[in-house]
Amino acid sequence: MRGGSYLRQPNRALQVYAAVFLVVLYLPVLFIPLFSFNDSLYVRFPLKGFTLQWYVELWSRDPVWNATWNSVRVGLAVAVVSTILGVVAAKAITRYRMPGKSALVTFIMMPLVIPGIIFGVALLVLMSRLGVPLSLYTVALGHLIVCLPFSVATLLPRFEGFDTSIEEASADLGENGWWTFWRVTFPMVFPGILASLLLTFTISFDEFIMAFFLSGTDPTLPMYIWGQLRFPQEFPSILAMASLILFFSIPLIFIALWMGRAGMDTTFADRSDR
Amino acid sequence: MSADADFISIRNVTKMFGAFCAIDDVSIDIARGEFFSLLGASGCGKTTLLRMLAGFEFPSSGEIFIDAQPMSNVPPNHRPVNMVFQSYAIFPHLDVRDNIAYGLRKQKLPRARRYEMVDEMLDLIKLGGYGTRKANELSGGQRQRIALARALILRPKVLLLDEPLGALDKQLREKMQLELRELQRKVGITFVFVTHDQEEALTLSDRIAVMQGGQVLQIDTPTGLYEAPRSRAVASFIGSMNFFPGTVRRNGGPSAAIEAEGLGMLPMPEGQAERPEGAAVQVALRPEKFTLSAEQPADRPAVEGRLATSAFLGERSHFFVRIENRDAPVAVSVPNQATLPGGPATGQTDTPVWLSWSPGSVVVLDPD
Repeated sequence: MRGGSYLRQPNRALQVYAAVFLVVLYLPVLFIPLFSFNDSLYVRFPLKGFTLQWYVELWSRDPVWNATWNSVRVGLAVAVVSTILGVVAAKAITRYRMPGKSALVTFIMMPLVIPGIIFGVALLVLMSRLGVPLSLYTVALGHLIVCLPFSVATLLPRFEGFDTSIEEASADLGENGWWTFWRVTFPMVFPGILASLLLTFTISFDEFIMAFFLSGTDPTLPMYIWGQLRFPQEFPSILAMASLILFFSIPLIFIALWMGRAGMDTTFADRSDR
Repeated sequence: MSADADFISIRNVTKMFGAFCAIDDVSIDIARGEFFSLLGASGCGKTTLLRMLAGFEFPSSGEIFIDAQPMSNVPPNHRPVNMVFQSYAIFPHLDVRDNIAYGLRKQKLPRARRYEMVDEMLDLIKLGGYGTRKANELSGGQRQRIALARALILRPKVLLLDEPLGALDKQLREKMQLELRELQRKVGITFVFVTHDQEEALTLSDRIAVMQGGQVLQIDTPTGLYEAPRSRAVASFIGSMNFFPGTVRRNGGPSAAIEAEGLGMLPMPEGQAERPEGAAVQVALRPEKFTLSAEQPADRPAVEGRLATSAFLGERSHFFVRIENRDAPVAVSVPNQATLPGGPATGQTDTPVWLSWSPGSVVVLDPD
């Protein structure tokens, strides 16, 4: 290739592969919004006609609003708590010498690979042994376990990415640990904190398995959807609801990922311009 | 006792990292207002020592006093010292003004007064009008000055500098060296400066501690270190040096002489330690202490040799001269005002020359 460099050459095969990959991954998902606008109870081609009635129906249904409100409350609480825990964990992991650090990090990340059903069952058994009634609190506890690895994974690069001598400089200029955190560390990791809040909120909002085991009488939104699947006539509304969740979740995740990286190139590449 | 001569007193300080001894029983006194350098190759412990002065590391044993106050239990934020970090550690989320004013929070000054102080500092470091720039819009040299201003605005008793010029290119570095020296005279604060660059240490310092393997080899003024090194390690670390193995010959008389490889018999220089007959020594002579000439000079000791190679360096030339009874050629550095048999700046290989030296510049050291 003229003008390009060896690694930057366009690679036709790779482009095709990427396109196929994305289609296989997301095409099924696209059917959900497609059928949510279809004027028929049944999910099948050919499409009948365009309608917004399923969305209108959702709007007027109290249980939907209740379930949404439950999910939002759980999501907010989980986002705040897991991000705080994530900040503390990431700071400890990056700033202190401790034995067994890598093992600790592995344990924190473990829920990513352990099936949720195992944690769900385990927590359910634990809760019933302790006599704790199932409620939104127990759901939030379950979600915390699921969200903490994401929070830590989002925040760790932020904490690793900046020169520790910046915190030392703050101490040297007379600030104690508390003020150093608020004046230096916090503003520097702030994009990571926002990213972690968005990411953990979205994960909690969409989470089903933990909620399935740990919900009491108040359903979260995914639990409500699960409950409605038994009624065929409700299916189009579920499609509408799922479309809305997709519509809000995907941008949130994109914003979270973008923020997680934002500024990392300029702020943290401080020493590259010698 | 004068509080000024040991304004900073490092007494028998040892620092262990696990089984590794980073600082081995070091004692240094630094006077008030002095520009003091810690010089050594990387890993010699100089930065560890500086970090102990700042309070980021604590001595395993021994004590550090600053202005007669023991520092062992004083955390960095309560020490009367400030530091300029090797990476400058400029706060990237703050502009220049807020960077410089960072340490003023506790003084609870009105904003106008704070900004006035910042502007004074900006003038001092010749960056007036840069107050609202963001940190990442600054060049390396500018950041270095911001780091200096941020520390100096707090009027510390001691300013610690960890290789602050290491990241700058050669020309800027030389300019900053002069500015730093001037600044130190102006503010009168004691500077402790860490560097691996011997030229920089010689240029800037009132006194230098040469360190190696966690120990201090010699503490002296730049001229003292250069002209009268006390060990082969110091002699070879500072500048370049020719070493000639030698033996002390007394012949029963009161005055001693040294038989040096290739140079013949030399009178023992004054002020050198008493050494017994037959003691092995190293005779050290810097390349610029030699003179090359076509004829044998009448008034100074000389040996005959032949040019091996030469290198033209602009303001001076380096010659390597082979002499009898010595394998390694002798390095000779000649300013390019003199003329030589083979031409002004370079000489033909194998040109016979006379290698002479001034007897007063001979340094006698213990063999290693």
